[in-house]
Amino acid sequence: MLITTILFYLFSAILLGSATAVITARNPVYASLFLVLAFFNAAALFILLGAEFLGLVLILVYVGAVMVLFLFVVMMLDINLTRLKEGFLSYLPLGLAIAILGVLELAVVFWTSPLGHVPAPAPIPANADNTRALGVLLYTHYLYPFEIAAVILLVAIIAAIALTLRRRQGTKTQNIDAQMAVRAKDRLSLVNLRGPEQ
Amino acid sequence: MMGGQPTLAAYLILGAILFSIGVVGIFLNRKNVIILLMAIELLLLAVNINLVAFSRYLGNLEGQVFVFFILTVAAAEAAIGLAILVVYFRNRRSINVEDIDELRG
Repeated sequence: MLITTILFYLFSAILLGSATAVITARNPVYASLFLVLAFFNAAALFILLGAEFLGLVLILVYVGAVMVLFLFVVMMLDINLTRLKEGFLSYLPLGLAIAILGVLELAVVFWTSPLGHVPAPAPIPANADNTRALGVLLYTHYLYPFEIAAVILLVAIIAAIALTLRRRQGTKTQNIDAQMAVRAKDRLSLVNLRGPEQ
Repeated sequence: MMGGQPTLAAYLILGAILFSIGVVGIFLNRKNVIILLMAIELLLLAVNINLVAFSRYLGNLEGQVFVFFILTVAAAEAAIGLAILVVYFRNRRSINVEDIDELRG
């Protein structure tokens, strides 16, 4: 059981370190790569908590899709980084004060309330099937929210395409139907240069 | 932690620290929209860690269902946010938040 505690602190330390690197990195490419590391460690924590399905989904969806999308956009845009970094530290004292105050308040609440001392749950049995249990819950009690989530994804796809789709002016594209429908007399006209024969 | 597993409070404090790192990220990078979106992802990740920890310690699987929905909405939000960012960059050649004040009047 001790190994769980050691792994928890290891993954948490890497998670917090990479999260700090995300918000302080000079280059957005580094920031997104550190966010990938943070998501990997969060997935490890999920698996430590017995949520294997969500851990794997976090890696597949976030690392595989969302972060690649971030990287694409970061590399597509030609950003002037020096202007974006102006006044980087001017709000740091205020932000840090608010963050430390918030963490201290929450820590005090968690340590003193009975919520923080919920007895540790029984170890997960070796034959537990997290994915099956989650699927049973998702397809029975949460069926309508599940379908609404699918519709939200559809709306996101359509919105992203509709926002970025544009017709370029002046590009030359093939129009197959018009090309196939062409007849010789549309293109070719015979001109009699000699004039009428005597 | 007296032996055994980390307590629920340890996971909740981890979530709180991660959440406040995200808040500080919004304070620090208030001009770079891309890093702002990444800070929002960190905030959502902190909430997800809390929900999964509650789900494990209180023995209720519904917390994981909510993490599932949060992941869905976060993916949709990232896709639409980045699409808006690309359209904005195409028009203005900049993603500085200070340049996005056209509607101020």
